[in-house]
Amino acid sequence: MSRYIATRAIRGANALVTEAEFMLERAIAEKGAETPISFPNTAYYLPTIYALIGIPVETLGQLKDVIKHARELLHPSPAKKHWTPYLGETLDSGMATLFAAETIEAIRFIYNLQPERKPGFTLAGGTAYPALGDQGGYLNGPIDDIRLRSWGISLVDGRMPGFAAIVGCAKSNEVAVKIVRELQKRNILTFLCGNVNGRSIIDQLQEEGVELGYDTYTVPFGTDTISAIYPLGFAARSALTFGGMKPGMAQDILLYNKERVFAFVLALGEVDDLKYAAAAGAINFGFPVIADTVIPEILPTGVTTYEHVVSMPFDKIDGVDDLERAERLIQKCIEVRGVKIKMTEVPIPVSYGSAFEGEVVRKADLRVEFGGKHSRCYEYLYTAPLEEVVDGKVDVVGPDFSAIPAQGNMSVGVVIKVAGRSMQTDFEPVLERQIHYFVNGASGIQHVGQRDIAWIRISKAAADKGFSLSDIGKILHARFHADFGAIVDKVQVTVYTDPVEFEKWLETARGTYDFRNKRLADLTDDKVEEFYSCTLCQSFAPNHVCVVSPQRLGLCGAYNWLDCKASFNINPTGPNQPIKLGKSIDFKKGYWSGTNDYAAMGSHGVVNEVSMYSIMENPMTACGCFECIVMLIPEANGVMIVSREDTSMTPAGMTFSTLAGIAGGGLQTPGVMGVGKFYLISPKFISADGGFKRVVWMSSVLKETMADEFATVANREGDPDLIEKIADERSAGTVDELLAWLEAHQHPAMIMEPMF
Amino acid sequence: MAKKREITEYTIDPAAQKMIIRAESMGIGTAFSRADNMVPCNIGAAGMCCKQCGMGPCRLTKNGDVGVCGASMDTIQARNLTRSIAAGSAAHSDHGRDMAFTLKAVANHETEGYTIKDVAKLRQVASLNNIKVEGRSPDEIANELADLYISQFGQQRGVLVPTKRATKKRQELWRQTGVLPRGVDREVVEALHRTHIGDDQDYAHILDHAIRTSMADGWGGSMIATDISDILFGTPAPILGQANLGVLKTDMVNVVVHGHEPTLSEMIVAATQDPEIIEYAHAAGAKGIQLSGICCTANETLMRQGIPAAGNFLHQELSIMTGAVEAMVVDVQCIMQALVELASHFHTKIITTSPKVKITGATHIEFDEHHALTVAKNILKVAIDNYKNRGEIQIPDDKEDLIPGFSHEYINYMLGGSYRASFRPLNDAIMSGRIRGVAAIVGCNNPRSKQDYLHVKVVRELLKQDVLVVQTGCGAIASAKLGLMLGEAGLDQVGPGLREICETIGIPPVLHMGSCVDNTRILTVLTQMAEEGGLGDDIDQIPAVGLAPEWMSEKALAIATYCVASGAYVIFGGQSPIGGMPDRVKDSDHVLNYISEGWEKQFGGKLEFIPDPEEMIKASLAHIDKKRAALGLPAWDPTKFGKSGDSRMLELEALPLEQRREAIYG
Repeated sequence: MSRYIATRAIRGANALVTEAEFMLERAIAEKGAETPISFPNTAYYLPTIYALIGIPVETLGQLKDVIKHARELLHPSPAKKHWTPYLGETLDSGMATLFAAETIEAIRFIYNLQPERKPGFTLAGGTAYPALGDQGGYLNGPIDDIRLRSWGISLVDGRMPGFAAIVGCAKSNEVAVKIVRELQKRNILTFLCGNVNGRSIIDQLQEEGVELGYDTYTVPFGTDTISAIYPLGFAARSALTFGGMKPGMAQDILLYNKERVFAFVLALGEVDDLKYAAAAGAINFGFPVIADTVIPEILPTGVTTYEHVVSMPFDKIDGVDDLERAERLIQKCIEVRGVKIKMTEVPIPVSYGSAFEGEVVRKADLRVEFGGKHSRCYEYLYTAPLEEVVDGKVDVVGPDFSAIPAQGNMSVGVVIKVAGRSMQTDFEPVLERQIHYFVNGASGIQHVGQRDIAWIRISKAAADKGFSLSDIGKILHARFHADFGAIVDKVQVTVYTDPVEFEKWLETARGTYDFRNKRLADLTDDKVEEFYSCTLCQSFAPNHVCVVSPQRLGLCGAYNWLDCKASFNINPTGPNQPIKLGKSIDFKKGYWSGTNDYAAMGSHGVVNEVSMYSIMENPMTACGCFECIVMLIPEANGVMIVSREDTSMTPAGMTFSTLAGIAGGGLQTPGVMGVGKFYLISPKFISADGGFKRVVWMSSVLKETMADEFATVANREGDPDLIEKIADERSAGTVDELLAWLEAHQHPAMIMEPMF
Repeated sequence: MAKKREITEYTIDPAAQKMIIRAESMGIGTAFSRADNMVPCNIGAAGMCCKQCGMGPCRLTKNGDVGVCGASMDTIQARNLTRSIAAGSAAHSDHGRDMAFTLKAVANHETEGYTIKDVAKLRQVASLNNIKVEGRSPDEIANELADLYISQFGQQRGVLVPTKRATKKRQELWRQTGVLPRGVDREVVEALHRTHIGDDQDYAHILDHAIRTSMADGWGGSMIATDISDILFGTPAPILGQANLGVLKTDMVNVVVHGHEPTLSEMIVAATQDPEIIEYAHAAGAKGIQLSGICCTANETLMRQGIPAAGNFLHQELSIMTGAVEAMVVDVQCIMQALVELASHFHTKIITTSPKVKITGATHIEFDEHHALTVAKNILKVAIDNYKNRGEIQIPDDKEDLIPGFSHEYINYMLGGSYRASFRPLNDAIMSGRIRGVAAIVGCNNPRSKQDYLHVKVVRELLKQDVLVVQTGCGAIASAKLGLMLGEAGLDQVGPGLREICETIGIPPVLHMGSCVDNTRILTVLTQMAEEGGLGDDIDQIPAVGLAPEWMSEKALAIATYCVASGAYVIFGGQSPIGGMPDRVKDSDHVLNYISEGWEKQFGGKLEFIPDPEEMIKASLAHIDKKRAALGLPAWDPTKFGKSGDSRMLELEALPLEQRREAIYG
């Protein structure tokens, strides 16, 4: 700290704790101490308080202890002369500020003052508030557990290097937009809160038509500083969800954030007492503060990894204009936090970054589309000898889309020829599958599907900026080099619009797709000699190990056996290591000497045995990124499968969020397992326990999105109507309802032998 | 006959100078004048005199001289040094023993006025010693802890429990070198035994045991004393205090507590708050009671209660010279017998209180923890009754504020608060080079050198070189008197990197860590720094140095030795007590070299005597830089740092509101 910051932060903290005290007293008087309080759709109560103090607050009255603790953390401001030290005292006051802020937001929920109302505002994806309807008009409020978990995957694989908590208001709207774009470009999750003299960066971005919400990685929490507690609640929960920390392990949780969550606070505009106080709270998490105004700097390190507080007065930043200054400001933030950016400079005329992946190009904004209803689009990647590939060459064979009328369509084939000393044909489908992510990263471009059912939309805005067919090739060239540089030495792309060439290459591609399908289907667990480990998540769940086999992909759904194999080739000392199977101990349950040995080593002795095919005996552990949770329903003699997208109550009496707490953290809990959804259709899906016929309940979203795959499974299981016999949240919300449904539909699990 | 020095050669402290002038004008002798008159024996000073038996004393002054028994110079010097260390260890440890007995009595409710003030520290220390704390009352825990600690003194086998707090590596080294102390009393007794006529007569072997004896102090009795003082009277945290003779009051009853143990002084502090006593003082015509301290009693009450320090060791006579002290209450250690004669020129009563210490001619009011408050009140009443006898007074107006109270617990806290407390920021500061290294500048005053001069000279120069200074004992009070223990000093008396650190944390550049028994706090801090990581894995790798520029007591030698055993480079000012006469007597410096190079080989630390302050500073910085280089840390470069702080903001805030709005963006 500096004495100036200490003075202002401590003053701010005292004021906020007092305010929280008053609000709490009034709320208890008006509503009663027993009034339940909670944040929407989270299993972590009031997350900052729960994580750091260990109190699971469920009623107003419980907040009294929280405020009492906050008050104990307060200190008087340092004396003007002959002061006593203030760093520890200021950090404590910062913690008090956070507890007071979360208390205030929780009370505001009771008074329907949260999420913050903002007429005319629509979130591009956000926390669901069923009571508020779907007309919008509010800011996001706290992040729910569903989003926490799905962003966890991005945090794990580095697609999302960290988050920026922006507090205040930028110097101009132009600067506000530039700041957010720079962050999006680097895939840094951006959280928005606060204001300066009543004006918030949220207002600025809204005025400029920037889409804000989960889909654009840019979440508006609230226009006051108090809402900055939401990003910190997100950070605190990440340590519980992915770090396996227990509530109340405050120092461990804060250090986890310092070491693993690359977040920083960007204070835009004048900094007031409360912002200083909240910043002191953030510094406890190891999150540094960067301001675009003159404030005292704290450059020594220790509580944060690098500098604690950095001042970059905006007008003093080197740059030809404000846009360049904004860019420099963000670069400085990244440097101060040590954010590890997997940044790819993609030489195209539109912004580029994973933050744009969720972007949708609506019909009204459409310039041209390839694929979809009225045309066809395919993608095909193949390996060629080194001398046959010209690296960086991008050709368009046939006309470009300039002659196509607005909102029209055309057929396009994208053919990628790669070469590399370590390239294997096995990797082709792995690389080909990346096209979806790569192309989607361009702002104003939407990509759906793969192979010969790909569908690409280009927005008017992107076309106006000059985006052309060859830019697709440039993206692929840049990204394959950046992400797969270890196996790919040369990349050449040809885009075919000429009908003759288009058809010719489509035939070739389809031949290869068939060949690959057969090979993938042939690739079963008994035909390989090694599985792969996946410890990508160990930065988050230190004791968790995924064992990935051909018939059981990683629980995040993002890594299958071939991916792991490719990954191992890309980085031989990386997170995916071959596990020699060794001696088969029990093929039915899926025990090998090699997998057991590896589980013990990889989990640092926490897990000693792992069964590949059973949920009942030594099931595989999970970090927290799983797509679905499988859980035993003892009364039904079967299992239910809950999707991450499903927020409803399950027959187990718990929602996904609560179940996730049991399934995650790298612990073995028989009867509960987190899995990737494509494991559900594998013949090895809990095959030791009876297989897919054990599924008695399944979130409807799964039934819908995987209808074709499940139909195949039903046939395989010899019961074509099997899927219709499985209940979902619409038909059974309790065990009794579930049993009635199973009885009525004669579900096979009812007559199978007991599961345990 | 030595020459009488000028008063400015006696001391740099203006308050002290004024009192020495007064003494001279009244024809009263002080330690300063006695030092002029008393020429030290040069043979004894070199450690070459043996008076261990009735065949001597033997004075070895020529090449190849041996004692009547044949004892060599090396043996005699090693024995002399070891006996001093044993005495020093005994003094500290006996203090620790009394604290342990007090804790036991408090836990059994046998005392008057004491409580366990710091239950958190009790639980922490108990847990450290594997004493169950969950579900037990403080009294139960304290009872078991007191038993454990009391047992450390008489323990015959095994290892003193506080040694387990050292780094694993250091413990292993001690095990290998065979210096782990078994029991406090056993090591001191064995030291006396081994140095008796006709026993251990291999100097290296004798000195091994000197190490072990000192360990029984630093990693035994002293550490126990600090633990229990904190448990009973509270772990220190920063607090505003004052130092120097100007704290004495013209219109109040001045009571000066002097000595070392907090047991009595804390109770006198409590008694001064008693309405009955305050009323008694008022009735005597005084506005109240002004309590102040001298020596380490001052440090104990200063850092816990903010009770002002009247001065350090050489101020004990000078405070009485003011004529304004009604009573000087003393317990143990460093109390000059001269006080009684000096006090006879004034109305001041010298009150001895310890069953171990009586001084001929002094008033003895024996202190007993079972009636502690009553005794304290009685003492105060004697002082108040004496107020009316006051004659002409002269109180110097010199005094300075300070912020003491840097216990290792608080240092840990101040670097990260309740939630993030750790030594990381301090280690980072050293690793980056903002802090070049750490110097512990401790120890006594010695009237043979200019009072406070060496302390302050070294402190000031090291601060400019970005060396963070921690202090205890009389050295601490020297810096306090000059305002070096204030946050302000961290802004303008230091190098640019250290300034950033001081401003970030809000600390003075010189941290007051307590009394001389509290040097164990420094061991704890160094151990925790090593364990935090980045500065090697043991104390001997940390860029740090220990100095006692004005040392005089045997306790100082014990402290130096346990610091060496812990891996520290220790520099003493003045003359080595076993320095020999290498220029005249060949091979009379074996022991001198052994405790430097020999000990360094064994423990990574060494003890050297350097009289010249410039050389002391040079050696300190060279050592710090050597350790930095060995760790692969960047060389100290003050031009790299100093950018952070409030100044830019304060300039901005000085602008009129309109301009400020504009200027916030640069």
